[in-house]
Amino acid sequence: MNNLVRFFQSLFLSEMRKGMAVTGRHLFARKVTQQYPEDKTPLSNRFRGLHALRRYPNGEERCIACKLCEAVCPALAITIESEQRADGTRRTTRYDIDLTKCIFCGYCEESCPVDSIVETHIFEYHGEERGDLYMTKEKLLAIGDKHEAQIAAARKQDAAYR
Amino acid sequence: MFEWVETIFTSLPQGVQTMTFIILKIVAISLPLMLCVAYLTYAERKIIGYMQVRLGPNRVGPKGWLQPIADAVKLMFKEIIIPTGSNKYLFLMSPVLSIAPALAAWAVIPFDDGMALANINAGLLYVLAVTSVGVYGVIIAGWASNSKYALLGAMRSAAQIVAYEIAMGFALVGVLMAAGSLSLGDIVRAQSGSVIHWFWLPLFPLLIVYFISGLAETNRAPFDVAEGESEIVAGFHVEYSGMAFAVFFLAEYANMILISALTAIMFLGGWLSPLQGIMPESVLAMPVLGGVLGHGIHWLLIKIMFVLFFFLWSRATFPRYRYDQIMRLGWKVFIPITIVWILVIGLLVLGEVGPWWNAA
Repeated sequence: MNNLVRFFQSLFLSEMRKGMAVTGRHLFARKVTQQYPEDKTPLSNRFRGLHALRRYPNGEERCIACKLCEAVCPALAITIESEQRADGTRRTTRYDIDLTKCIFCGYCEESCPVDSIVETHIFEYHGEERGDLYMTKEKLLAIGDKHEAQIAAARKQDAAYR
Repeated sequence: MFEWVETIFTSLPQGVQTMTFIILKIVAISLPLMLCVAYLTYAERKIIGYMQVRLGPNRVGPKGWLQPIADAVKLMFKEIIIPTGSNKYLFLMSPVLSIAPALAAWAVIPFDDGMALANINAGLLYVLAVTSVGVYGVIIAGWASNSKYALLGAMRSAAQIVAYEIAMGFALVGVLMAAGSLSLGDIVRAQSGSVIHWFWLPLFPLLIVYFISGLAETNRAPFDVAEGESEIVAGFHVEYSGMAFAVFFLAEYANMILISALTAIMFLGGWLSPLQGIMPESVLAMPVLGGVLGHGIHWLLIKIMFVLFFFLWSRATFPRYRYDQIMRLGWKVFIPITIVWILVIGLLVLGEVGPWWNAA
């Protein structure tokens, strides 16, 4: 009996018709495609994009050259050199991130005791030659200055969980 | 203004005049056909995209309408690479061998009452004969490429096409029994009356068998083991690039349109209007409305598009068949079904069962 039912089911293509009904319904379904350059997907406030170095509101750079980020970096992408300044504080003379090595794990940001090295929401950047992806201290500070509003907003939003 | 053309034309010998007309007719059929092929690819990508909840191509031109043109231009400028160790002449000849039958079969398609390039009375036989030749293009392409993948693809494809041709032929036997003629024009005329007079109703199993065999014949999903992207890359045309590949592509799509046209003619009443028998005669006498609602080429085109939609719909729906299942379906399912239904048709015709066979 079961075999007979199955025979007629396959003869009358019942499962084929069910399948076609599914695709037929989806023909009229709302499309989920994001038209990328025009509209973008929302980013989490923990999104890990291009790096930046931040400053305090008085303009002093935050980084104290503790080298925790350099130590924690699994890809060995960070290089730091430091010296003592005239006012007795320790500051970096060199802070390089090689983006061709960086794996965007976010450990540097996590390890930073003064919230200096951060990752921004910028992901649409490129380098036209290899050296363009080698970020120096000046470049990182410039990014930080330019995008401070976004960086601060993202940190504030996430503050309750840190 | 163009009188001089007429003067020159009438002064030519009779044979040349006939020849010119035939060539013009061929151009009038094949040029729009090529355009249809281009836009069928667009329709395919769009419809399958929509069924997968995507948008499909929408960047080139308004709503992506220029996408097929961009594709064609790209293919034309690409290099045709001829593999070392391949048989160069056969390699370049096989695309032609595969597109020629796909175009030649259009000669007997009646677009409207009496509107066919060649109104031969064995049109159905001609179509069967010519479409069978298409398989040579596939086999030769696979062999001439000097590549294992291409050869395997060609073998699979050839076996499949040959197997399904039998089921297809049997389905057509049912049609010619029902119509009592091999001429495609007469087959359409035998269906006149109303929508229920069309052969799709009494020959419904044959319609399904014909359509599915058509999918298999044209190597379309779910019978695309010949191409089998995930197994043998692209089957018989792996080694082809540029325009040589494009010609295979054109042949596949031209074949799809051909199968759709034949389905429309043999089962869906060709150029006959579906409103025949429902709508009063007075509507037909009206100037514009009568032309639109009455019989005509536009109904054939609408029916072709309808069948083509099913081609694309099944591609969006079904996963690829396993090879032994394809063979089982062709030999052990379709052939028995068609034979049984031919018997049924014979009884129906003999018993003059209405509304199809009682009038005659």
